[in-house]
Amino acid sequence: MSVRASDSGHHGLPRVLAGLEPGGAVTLAAHTRIHGPLPDIPPHQLIEEVERSGLRGRGGADFPTSRKLRAVAGRRRVGPVVVNGSETEPASAKDRLLLARMPHLVLDGAVLAAGAVGASEVIVKVGSGAVDAARALEGAIAARSGDPVRISVRVGPEGYVTGEESAVVHYLNSEVAKPTFIPPRPFERGVRGRPTLIQNPETLAQLALVARFGSRWYRELGTVADPGSALVTITGAVRAPGVYELAFGTPIRDLLEAAGGPVEPLQALLVGGYFGTWVDASAAVELRLAREDLRSVGSSLGSGVLIALGESACGLHESARVISYLADQSAGQCGPCVYGLRAIADAVQAMAGGVAHGSEHARVLRWCSEVRGRGACHHPDGAVRFVESALRVFAADIESHRRGRCGARPAGLPLGDSAVAPPGRVERSRLVRAR
Amino acid sequence: MSATLRINAIACEAHGMCAELLPELIRLDDWGYPILDESEVPPDLVGLARRAVDACPTLALLIDEA
Repeated sequence: MSVRASDSGHHGLPRVLAGLEPGGAVTLAAHTRIHGPLPDIPPHQLIEEVERSGLRGRGGADFPTSRKLRAVAGRRRVGPVVVNGSETEPASAKDRLLLARMPHLVLDGAVLAAGAVGASEVIVKVGSGAVDAARALEGAIAARSGDPVRISVRVGPEGYVTGEESAVVHYLNSEVAKPTFIPPRPFERGVRGRPTLIQNPETLAQLALVARFGSRWYRELGTVADPGSALVTITGAVRAPGVYELAFGTPIRDLLEAAGGPVEPLQALLVGGYFGTWVDASAAVELRLAREDLRSVGSSLGSGVLIALGESACGLHESARVISYLADQSAGQCGPCVYGLRAIADAVQAMAGGVAHGSEHARVLRWCSEVRGRGACHHPDGAVRFVESALRVFAADIESHRRGRCGARPAGLPLGDSAVAPPGRVERSRLVRAR
Repeated sequence: MSATLRINAIACEAHGMCAELLPELIRLDDWGYPILDESEVPPDLVGLARRAVDACPTLALLIDEA
């Protein structure tokens, strides 16, 4: 490594958010001052360093990054590296933050990844709503020289499923932002029919730092099982919603405090956004942001979204809104998703409205188990997992709604049209030392 | 010789031929779309499975034979 972590002051947090300035992108000069120059590291060494670091994808799938790199690196006529800046989870703001304010760190990671897999091109794909990100990326690309690869920005349509990997590839190939039947996977045949590496912006930002400072540095934060730092978007019933960078293993209680604390007692947390699951608040505050902890309650961090639901809200009502949104967001290609999610949404709506049949609950659970795994992509899987968690966590609400409508005011969980908390908050969090 | 069935959910248009010809392995959901409870095809049903694959009007039923 050409730059030592101690030279740049990268001792703890922030890491990918280091140097974040209010409004506007970090310039190339500032970026180089903060992180050091783009390192000259042989491809195989980069992949090994990424492997040793334990870096995993931050787009939601949590797949080991080194394995993804290797899957493409061994192939001939490799296609472009795609930076998947779609960020279609409505409450998530971290990727847009990185692309709009730290574009050079993400681009560094993409260029390094391209070198590692033998790609000669980088495409950054964003949604049409991310105007600030697109503008910042164009500016950053223009400011860079000496990258051994061509870099371009493509803007695609908004929509929940447009960020799915095969949908991104489909869009880049034929301007249709819908998932395709797998196999083949992008690493086999992707953009222009070539092996394609597709990565989340945060993954590439982390990779750009691992390339500079190494795997041992990366593991100085987090735990042995969950090394490193992560960007989390926390929103809902907290005083200071926003994007936070913290170490894996941080107690959720600490994260809530960092976000200004709850505005009222919480009843539940939606962990992983709409593609995630509800966790009862009393259980959630005992957990750390760690795979093992979250798995123990049937949850996972996903794309890093946490939505806090206060006591005065109705979890059943909010869940009905979300599943209705998810049903509407189906790409419309697969019967079980199109019909199944709509039927489930209507039934949950009826339960929330207190007008459901007595057998509705059982029917919803049957539909959920039947729909699972029967779409071309995982949209229906996430939707039914969300519904099942809602029916579990808000079981008491189902009961009370059966006897009349619940009077709680809507919490206004952000759907596509609502603004999300202002991004850009950087917090130093408690270091969790690797054991 | 093992065989597994898969369904291309995008190509499937719920014609229902597969469930008609291979009820042992395929049933239809509430909207007429096929459910594969078990993707492994027992050896004695491979012949029937191949027939069901051939009969699908949209080539949505696929068989992988090792």
